[in-house]
Amino acid sequence: MSVKLTMRQVGDVTVIDAAGRITLGEGSSAFRDSIKDLVSKGSRKMLLNLAEVSYIDSSGIGELVSGFTTVSNAGGSLKLLNLTKRIQDLLQITKLYTIFEVFDDEAAALATFQ
Amino acid sequence: MTDPANSSFTSIDQYLESSLDTVESTENRVLELAQQCGLPEEDAYQLGYAVREAVVNAVVHGNRYSANKKVHLLIRKQGSTLEIVVEDEGQGFDEQKQGDPLAEENLLAQSGRGLMIIRAFVDEVDIVRTEAGGTRVAMRKHLPATDAV
Repeated sequence: MSVKLTMRQVGDVTVIDAAGRITLGEGSSAFRDSIKDLVSKGSRKMLLNLAEVSYIDSSGIGELVSGFTTVSNAGGSLKLLNLTKRIQDLLQITKLYTIFEVFDDEAAALATFQ
Repeated sequence: MTDPANSSFTSIDQYLESSLDTVESTENRVLELAQQCGLPEEDAYQLGYAVREAVVNAVVHGNRYSANKKVHLLIRKQGSTLEIVVEDEGQGFDEQKQGDPLAEENLLAQSGRGLMIIRAFVDEVDIVRTEAGGTRVAMRKHLPATDAV
C-alpha cells in the first residue's frame, strides 16, 4: 500500500492525515507533490499527522525533510503529529528530532501555530 | 540450548533485476526468513529495513536501474547469525567521501541516511568494493537462542 494523503482545514492550518507507507517511488513522490501543491495554493501552516503511517524508509524521511524545507522557505512551518514508536526511533537515529516540532496531541499542536 | 533456526532454512543465492519490485520482494523475503529463524518482531523489522536500504542503494545508486546489471542477493545462516549480502554491479563508492548525515550542515539533506540506519539496525555491517568495482554490503543479525523443548 502506498501512502494516502487526506487534507483538512482547521482554521488556517492544513492538517494532512497520512496513511500507509512513505517509501521510495510512488509514496515519496505523492508526498512531495502534495506539499508543493499546498504551498503553491498559499498554505503556510501545515500539520502532518503520521498516526496511520506504518512505515517510512530513508527516501521517505528525505521527503519529510524536503517538505519541511519547502514550507520553511515559503515562510511557513510544517510540524509532525502522532508519530509511531518506529518513526520516533528513526527521527532519533537521524537526529531530525532537532529539526521537527513533534506533537502527540492535535489541539496542542494547532495551538502552537497561533 | 538449541539453535532457533530450524532445519528447514534454505539459503538463497540469486541475481535479481535492478528494479523497485526487487526492493519490495527482497524485504518481504527477509521478513519471512527472519520470522522462520525466530527473530523477535522488532528485530525482524529492523533487519528487513536495513536490507531494503541496501537493495535501494544497489538498484538506484549502484546499478542505476540498468536492465543489464543485476543485484546479487545472498541470504544464509551461519551458526546463530543470519547474514544477508547485497552486491551491485555499479562503480562503487567511497564512504569516506560521504558527508556525515548527523553534521548540522547535513541535517536538511534529502538523502544520505541509508547507511547510517543500516548500521543502527543490524549487529554487524561490512561494506567493501567488489573485484568488479561494485559495492558489497554484508549485514549480520544475531539470532536468539531458545531452550530446547
